[in-house]
Amino acid sequence: MPIEKTELETLVRQAFPDAAITITDLAGDNDHWALDIASPAFKGKSRIEQHKMVNSALKNMVGGTLHALQLKTSAPE
Amino acid sequence: MTDSPIFDRIKEEIAANDVLLYMKGTPTFPQCGFSATVVAILTRLGITFKGVDILRDQELREGIKVYSDWPTIPQLYVKGEFIGGCDIVKEMTESGELQELLTSKGIAGAA
Repeated sequence: MPIEKTELETLVRQAFPDAAITITDLAGDNDHWALDIASPAFKGKSRIEQHKMVNSALKNMVGGTLHALQLKTSAPE
Repeated sequence: MTDSPIFDRIKEEIAANDVLLYMKGTPTFPQCGFSATVVAILTRLGITFKGVDILRDQELREGIKVYSDWPTIPQLYVKGEFIGGCDIVKEMTESGELQELLTSKGIAGAA
């Protein structure tokens, strides 16, 4: 299901207030998003843990409402 | 319910295959771009793996998401350890981490 970019951004910012966030609409249909999140909150966590943090932030929409989400997470140096 | 037949099935399958990919479709005919990407990566690295088509089995499709605590397919397991989905596998391949991981677990590739 489509989701507005602003809604996506709000959810991510709420969970990662000090992150550098890039959101890209891959297909121009509000339904295929690429999220790039760089946050100190990810420091020391495995990629799986980082992605699970994002999944929670997105209120577990991933896989349902958000079925096509490309996720890139990193901890800034 | 921590004990259920589907979890037992999953545990057995993960234990019986060094490299196991829960995917949509089959390795020869993937039914989704993300699954196809992981298949292509494993194939290019010359890794022998088993593909399990979750589209044919609704119970497995739901069960594996609960088992792995991961909401999407594909899901890659190496020697019983959950590695991640398409994004993670791609990143690890680009950085060389996946190749290192496979080597360290004694899994040979053609590369």
